[in-house]
Amino acid sequence: MQFGIFTVSDITPDPTTGRTPTEAERIKAVLTIAQKAEEVGLDVFALGEHHNPPFFSSSPTTTLGHIAAKTSTLQLSTSTTLITTNDPVKIAEDYAMLQHLADGRVDLMMGRGNTGPVYPWFGKDIRDGIELAVENYALLRRLWREDVVNWEGKFRTPLQGFTSTPRPLDGVPPFVWHGSIRSPQIAEQAAYYGDGFFHNHIFWPPEHTQKMVEFYRRRYEHYGHGSADQAIVGLGGQVFMRRNSQDAVEEVRPYFDNAPVYGHGPSLEEFSTQTPLTVGSPEQVIERTLGFRHYAGDYQRQLFLIDHAGLPLKTVLEQLDLLGEEVVPVLRKEFDALKPAHVPDAPTHASLVATAGGAKDSTVHAPADDVTGQAR
Amino acid sequence: MTTRTLAVVSGGLSNPSSTRLLADRLTAATVGALRSRGDDTTVEVVELRAHARDLADNLVTGFPNEALRTAVDTVTGADGLIAVTPIFSASYSGLFKTFFDVLDKDALAGKPVLLGATAGTARHSLALEHAVRPLFSYLRAVTVPTAVFAAPEDWAGGGGVDRALADRIDRAAGELADVVTGRPATARPADPFADPETSFEELLRGTGA
Repeated sequence: MQFGIFTVSDITPDPTTGRTPTEAERIKAVLTIAQKAEEVGLDVFALGEHHNPPFFSSSPTTTLGHIAAKTSTLQLSTSTTLITTNDPVKIAEDYAMLQHLADGRVDLMMGRGNTGPVYPWFGKDIRDGIELAVENYALLRRLWREDVVNWEGKFRTPLQGFTSTPRPLDGVPPFVWHGSIRSPQIAEQAAYYGDGFFHNHIFWPPEHTQKMVEFYRRRYEHYGHGSADQAIVGLGGQVFMRRNSQDAVEEVRPYFDNAPVYGHGPSLEEFSTQTPLTVGSPEQVIERTLGFRHYAGDYQRQLFLIDHAGLPLKTVLEQLDLLGEEVVPVLRKEFDALKPAHVPDAPTHASLVATAGGAKDSTVHAPADDVTGQAR
Repeated sequence: MTTRTLAVVSGGLSNPSSTRLLADRLTAATVGALRSRGDDTTVEVVELRAHARDLADNLVTGFPNEALRTAVDTVTGADGLIAVTPIFSASYSGLFKTFFDVLDKDALAGKPVLLGATAGTARHSLALEHAVRPLFSYLRAVTVPTAVFAAPEDWAGGGGVDRALADRIDRAAGELADVVTGRPATARPADPFADPETSFEELLRGTGA
C-alpha cells in the first residue's frame, strides 16, 4: 500500500498570526514538504492544479519536475489534473516529459475542477464538464498509446498526423487515477478503462465515499478488469496530530474554524464525526485510518492533506515526522497483513513495464528536418 | 389498499406555530381525502426549526449531516409533499428557502406539492403565488392549483378555523390527493449508484447524456 500527502497549494493567512505567506514562501515551503515526505519514508506526493488565487499551482509539471530532481523514490502525482479545461495534447506532452525526467515515478489523477470561472477562462463551459472529461481523456489515452493520431471531436480542434512527444518512457504511459467527490460518471470512466479511482474523502461523510467506491468496484468488475476487490482505490484523508490528543485539538482549532472550505460551519468535533477528519494522537489516527478499509475495502493508496488552511511550514514538517515515524510504519504493516494476496498493489512504472512485457524504446523517428522540424 | 407517504415541511419558528397549525390542517385533510379515494397514508413531518443549524452547516460544507440527510430523504422519497412557510419580508422565510436550496436540483421533479403560508396580515397572501409557487415551478414540482394562505383572522371561525379557510384546505387537499392517487406508488428518486442507463461507449461517442 502506498502512503503519501496531497496539497491543494493554497496560500491562506495563518489565523493565529494574521500573516499570509508570499507566493515565493509558499512555493518553497511545498518543495520542502515534498522532499521531507520522501525523507520520512512516504511514497507519494500529489500536487493540485488551480488557475486563480489563493492557489499557486497553475503549473504542476514545473513544480513536480523540480521535485523529481531533488528526490529519488517519491512517486509524483497530481490532485488533480484538470482534464476538462487543459488541452489533452498538452497534458500528454507535459506528463510524458515529466515521466522521463522522473525516471517513471509519475502518475496522474484526473479531475474536472470545481472553480466555475476557470472554464470560461479556458474557453470551456462548466455544463460540459462530464463530456469534456470523457472526450479529453479518450484523446489523451490515444496520444500516449498511438504514435500517430488522427482525431476529431467536439471540443478541440482536429488532429491530423499528430505525434505527441516525448513518447511515454519505455513505451508505457503513466498510470491514471480519476478523482471525483460526487459524480458516478467519473467512477464509471475509471472502471471502464481499468484505471484507479480516488475519493477525496475529506469533504463528505464516509457513507458517501463508500457508495462511490462500491459503485466503482462493481463497474470495474463489470468491464472485466478483475474482481471488484481487485479494483484500484485511493482515498484522501485529513489529520492533525500531537502526542497528546487534546494538544492537537487546541492547536488546530483556529485553523479549522477559519478554514476556507468548511470554516465557520460545523464545529471541529462535529466535522470530525461527520467526515474522516481525525485530530488527535498518532494512535487515534492509526485506528481511524485502519477503519477506512471497513467501508472502502482493501485499497491501494492513502493520501493525507496536512499543509492547508494556513498551517505554518514548521508545523507541517512536524506532522510529516509523526506520519513517517509513528503512523505510516504501523499502517503499512497492519494493512499489508490484512490484504489478501489476490488484491494488487497500485500500479507503478516498474509494474506497468513488467505487464507490458518489458521496456521498449518508443521514440518516433520522423522524416523531418532536424532544425525546423519541417517534414521533407 | 395502497399506502402513500406524505411529507410535511413546516418552516414555522415559534411554538406553537401557526405555520405548523396550518400544515397539520392540510395534512389531516389530505389524509382524509386519500382515505376517501381508497389509499392509506403515512405522514412524516419535517420541522425546519430543528434543522436550522444543520442547514447553515450544509451551506458551508456542501453536504447534509445525518439529521438533515434523513429529513431530505423523507421529502424526496415521499409520494406527496405539503410545504408551508411563514411569509417574511414579502416572501418565503430564509430557512424554508435554504431547505429547498440544499436539495439536488432534480430531487422534486414531478413531485405533487401542496403549498401553504401564514403571515401576520392577509395582505401577504399573494406571496404564495409570486414567490413560493415560482420556486417550486423552478424545481419542476407539480404544485396543485389551490395554495392555502392563513392570516390570524382565519383561525377565528367555528372549530378554530374560518369557514372560507376550511373550504380552501379541503379543496387543496382534494387536489393533492387527486394528483397523488393518479400516480404509481412511490417513484423513489433515481439511485445515482444504479448501473448507468447510458453506456460508457455511448458517452464516448458523444451520444449519451
